[in-house]
Amino acid sequence: MKRLIKIITIIFFLGFSNSFALIKVDITRGNLNPLPIAVSALSADKKTNEELNKDIKIKNLGIEISKVVENNLKNSGLFNPLDSNAFLQKPDVAHLKPRFEDWSLIKAQALITGKIIYENEKLRVEFRLWDVLAGKEILALAFTTAPNNWRRVGHIITDKVYKRLTGEEGYFDTRIIYVSEKGPKTKRIKKLAIMDQDGFNTKYLTLGNELVLTPRFNPTNQMVTYLSYFRNLPRVYLLDIETGIQEVVGDFPGMTFAPRFSPNGKKIIMSFANDGNSDIYTMDLENRIVERITNHPSIDTSPSFSPDGKFITFNSDRSGYQQIYTMRSDGSKIKRISFGKGLYGTPVWSPRGDLIAFTKLHKGKFYIGVMRTDGTGERLLTENYYQEAPSWSPNGRVLIFYRETKTGSDGKGFSAKLWSIDLTGYNEREILTETDASDPSWSSLLSK
Amino acid sequence: MYKSLLISSGFHLFVIFFAAISLPFIAKKPLQIPPIVSVELIQISDKTNIEYAPKAKKIIEKVKKEEEKLVSEQAPPKKVKKEKPDSIPMPDLEVEKVQKLEEKKQNPVLEDKKIKQFSEFEKDELFDPNSIAALIDKSKEESSETNIKNNKVTQSQDKSMNLSQLTLSEEDALKAQIFGCWSIPLGLPYNENLLVRIRLKLKPDGTVIKSEILDHARMNKPGQSFYKVLAESALRAVQLCQPLRVPSTGYERWKDLQLNFDAREMLEG
Repeated sequence: MKRLIKIITIIFFLGFSNSFALIKVDITRGNLNPLPIAVSALSADKKTNEELNKDIKIKNLGIEISKVVENNLKNSGLFNPLDSNAFLQKPDVAHLKPRFEDWSLIKAQALITGKIIYENEKLRVEFRLWDVLAGKEILALAFTTAPNNWRRVGHIITDKVYKRLTGEEGYFDTRIIYVSEKGPKTKRIKKLAIMDQDGFNTKYLTLGNELVLTPRFNPTNQMVTYLSYFRNLPRVYLLDIETGIQEVVGDFPGMTFAPRFSPNGKKIIMSFANDGNSDIYTMDLENRIVERITNHPSIDTSPSFSPDGKFITFNSDRSGYQQIYTMRSDGSKIKRISFGKGLYGTPVWSPRGDLIAFTKLHKGKFYIGVMRTDGTGERLLTENYYQEAPSWSPNGRVLIFYRETKTGSDGKGFSAKLWSIDLTGYNEREILTETDASDPSWSSLLSK
Repeated sequence: MYKSLLISSGFHLFVIFFAAISLPFIAKKPLQIPPIVSVELIQISDKTNIEYAPKAKKIIEKVKKEEEKLVSEQAPPKKVKKEKPDSIPMPDLEVEKVQKLEEKKQNPVLEDKKIKQFSEFEKDELFDPNSIAALIDKSKEESSETNIKNNKVTQSQDKSMNLSQLTLSEEDALKAQIFGCWSIPLGLPYNENLLVRIRLKLKPDGTVIKSEILDHARMNKPGQSFYKVLAESALRAVQLCQPLRVPSTGYERWKDLQLNFDAREMLEG
């Protein structure tokens, strides 16, 4: 009987518990402002600083590395690095235990601290990422490397911080290959050049004797495929970056152009033009077997694989005007996806797989834009006099492309520069290069 | 046998009776109130009582006066008079200044020029004083209309209002505050569940004693690393917003609070 009473009372209270429900508030909006972050200089003791100054001629490497990180974060457009003059705590003390009140006072929501040690000709860099508002450490890592690699350490730190705070892979420890241009427009000297994504550490890969165009990395970043001239015919080349060995891809009886690697790096996809008709071909790099993908009397070019390798996007004028198409990787199920006004070209499939970037020409203006892979949701990100050749950052958030300025009536004033823009369309920046530059291509992450 | 049958049927009757009374409460769905935008009536003069506002007020008043004068007086001959000092060839500099200053006091048209030469700050705020005045007038008209509507809504709600809910304006104040504090991480996937539920324990002044992520287990699941980032951003928002804008009364009602952060709408939009 007692048990019965117990059960009844429990049921009774359950019945009425509804009226004491917890208050729930739905938060469906937030802001997309850059996150305020404090990048404290990496601290180093006297001995480290003196030895580093002797070996690599840099007085305070800790500050230099933190500058690389700060610059990367700022350029991403997602972070707002705070002025280091406002920092109240010294870097070495902050690295041990930050006084979070001091950092929240200057409105920092995240804090990066770190220190460097130079021992046995090796540089050890450790850093911590702190959540200022929660008052806790959320990431701590250390790297050991040769001191000359210090810029890369800065990029890797940025990648780790970026991933921890945005939930997305970074794109800072990457390189960009491009065509370096010099001289008057009629007699340009074009060389292949490679640099870090922030424009530093430029190296030239070719001498400039032959014209080079459209270089692209393979997935491991060891090989580059590009267009150059062989016996006065444009041909697709392959270059091993480390050994410097070049070779012509395939033995085609006409010109080949617009090359790109497949996502697994085993094939090259390109256009082959013969008798005024160009179609898309692939060549297997292991057994050199060539396969014809499209077969149409129109001009099919600029092929690009989807990241899973199952689809290909390309442009073609089979409808009368140049438009973007997709098909399966065996050439079946060809489908036109661009239907807007103007001409569409250079489609590139995003590494995320969700979007296709393109160049659009409409009423004498060039646009860089993106659309979904079925052609819906077209968004034009930037408009200019002349710009083209978008290439995706490895995380699919940023596009790099080149932009040319108008030549004046006196033949001067012409220039070609690299620019980047993120998917929001707001964060547009010029990437400074030593010379004029065109045809950029972004590598994948060097360290994964 | 007979006895146990009696007890059994008595118990059954009780259960049926009890269910009839309490089940409708359990089954009752929470009121599906359409998203009503509550309108708070604000005296604009109170809200705009910031540093440059008194100046702005003066300027608006002056401009209004000018308009009145321009309409009522319509005195173009005065303008002709103005040109006279300018046309005098090379008078002494000091004398000219004095003359001009005097003119400024007398002539509203010249004062207009003076207003335009105020600091950049004020320029931005007051690029066209007339249009601001027009806006203020309109908002008054609109607010008087919504006032009536708003009263109706709150009255009907008062009757049906559950003790365990915040009023719309209370909820909106809290929401608006947190909207401003929440920096949504941009790297989130679009096609995933982006809901983070956070349970808070609050002090009467709105400071947070304890915050807890309800779906904590999801953080460490494979392929859900973005969830951790999202959850932390929500926690940061709560920390940043402290003390929360909670109602001044009824602490028992809201001392435990659940915030449902959902980033999907923002990222899709």
